[in-house]
Amino acid sequence: MRLALGIALLALIALPFATEAMGQPALLSLATRVVIYAIAAASLNFILGYGGMISFGHAAFFGVGAYTVGILFAHSGGDALWGVIPGSTNLLVTLPMAVLLSGLVAAVIGALSLRTNGVQFIMITLAFAQMLFFFFVSLTPYGGEDGIIIRRSNELFGLNMRDKTTLYYVILSVGLVFFAGLSRVVNSSFGAVLQGIRQNERRMAALGFAPYRYKLYAFILAGMGAGLAGALMANFLRFASPDMMHWTKSGELMIMVILGGVGSFLGPVFGAAAFLVLETFLAGWTENWQLALGIILLVVVLGTKGGIAGLLDRMRGRMK
Amino acid sequence: MILLIEQLLNGLQYGVMLFLLAAGLTLIFGIMGVINLAHGSLFMVGAYAGTYVAGLTGSFWLGLPAALVAAGITGFLVEALVIRRLYARDHLDQVLATFALILIFNQLITLGFGRQPVFTPLPQMFSGSVELLPGLPYPTYRLLIIATGLIVAAGLYILINKTRVGMLVRAGASNRDMVRALGVDIRLLYTVVFGLGALLAGLAGYMIGPISAVQVGMGEQILLATFVVVVVGGVGSIKGAFVAGIGLGVVDTMLRAFLPGLLRGVMQPSDADAIGLGVASMGIYLLMALVLLVRPRGLFSAGH
Repeated sequence: MRLALGIALLALIALPFATEAMGQPALLSLATRVVIYAIAAASLNFILGYGGMISFGHAAFFGVGAYTVGILFAHSGGDALWGVIPGSTNLLVTLPMAVLLSGLVAAVIGALSLRTNGVQFIMITLAFAQMLFFFFVSLTPYGGEDGIIIRRSNELFGLNMRDKTTLYYVILSVGLVFFAGLSRVVNSSFGAVLQGIRQNERRMAALGFAPYRYKLYAFILAGMGAGLAGALMANFLRFASPDMMHWTKSGELMIMVILGGVGSFLGPVFGAAAFLVLETFLAGWTENWQLALGIILLVVVLGTKGGIAGLLDRMRGRMK
Repeated sequence: MILLIEQLLNGLQYGVMLFLLAAGLTLIFGIMGVINLAHGSLFMVGAYAGTYVAGLTGSFWLGLPAALVAAGITGFLVEALVIRRLYARDHLDQVLATFALILIFNQLITLGFGRQPVFTPLPQMFSGSVELLPGLPYPTYRLLIIATGLIVAAGLYILINKTRVGMLVRAGASNRDMVRALGVDIRLLYTVVFGLGALLAGLAGYMIGPISAVQVGMGEQILLATFVVVVVGGVGSIKGAFVAGIGLGVVDTMLRAFLPGLLRGVMQPSDADAIGLGVASMGIYLLMALVLLVRPRGLFSAGH
């Protein structure tokens, strides 16, 4: 396992050289997007796979993260937001701000949504995401429906962030830190309690753990993860728009999680990669790529267990 | 005042549409325990099939059975091929499988009919308007929609409350395992319920055609509002679907009609329009959140 991870890491680091050697710079953009979506999907998987909370509004936090970067950029010229909050174009400021804000939004949404469960939880998270979507659509000072253009990527230690390769390495590093942190959380006692709640909430309550509080903390952490991904996406696209939090985007994040394998640690990475690669290649091959995607998704949901991660596990089991 | 009544009627008409969709969806939800995101696709299939036949034959009324048959057959196929495998699965699989169905249906319709919206002519008999009150002319076709919705509601009320099938449906919505344990063929009941839902969705899709555009994606627009209605009304409750459908339809229409105007009194017109529309779009979701916070199972939950 460690060996496989090491090899994968080396491959990720060597990737820009490989794409340059092959003369396929578009692949580097694809890889950058895979890293960003892997972060978002992994944060969804944290509550969905480990915590059993089917949130259908996860793209909302992604959008909040992206808009934080966009709005801070819009005020970086000197006119402070509400006259007090200065804008910023420094990644070391904008990323934490995005994480913090999406965490706050997740705290509010989670505190209210977690009073329900089952179908109602799915629908209320969707409802809150739709509310945020329409809020940003009507936010005309920041572009409204058209979204907000960020003319320059954020600065970091004087690096040339216009350079795609530099940006890739920055985003990859953030992603690695995120996954290292997530791994610690999942394997902590907190993670164990969370998985216990998914299996049997009543039993955990009887054991003396307050399920609501644990679920809420997990929901906030997941929101922060999605916000981080959104902030990175805003830097990558130099753009933030309400479309980022459309309900179909929440659906796409769920697709990534299930393609990769629900509740498996690296599943979302495979899922994000599979989804984006499929999308890119199917879209290049036929205009009707959504048809193919729909059929593939249907087959995966109906016919497989555990997505790509499950498949890898079974293959490894067979080899032994 | 005249404007207010007119918008109330528009709200009623939208609410009736929501009810036609929500009635089927809430039963599928409540009895089969399946979250069917593809319900909007049945709505779209009905609209396209009916409009197509109406265009071929030149008769609005021949389009109606075509819409019902197409939606019914599609619903039957979807149930037999996909939904039947989802009964025992968790909600996540259901959401994703039916999300996949949306992608498939949208793309198939695009392949068959293109991306351009298709328009249906109004039926001759209902193309005019009547003067309901002095100074208030109202399109007869919209009145037809309202009447259709109310008739369907009455029919469903009789079906659910007075017949044997209805009794099984009610029993299924309140405790599905018990119904099965008592020896009722639950499979057949599922198919009947799903078929009924599909018919109602097809009817709604065809009826809405002449007053809005028949286009790819029309299903998703109304689907989310329908889900809000189902959840607010209480899963499995036809009564809840009716009350919540009409209520939310009226609230949504009123907000859209009057909020931008009200805001114009306090801010720039262009800002008022954007913010008014945004807030109006948020309205039904806000209502749903409020209802769920007070009653986590909706207004008239059939209970489990």
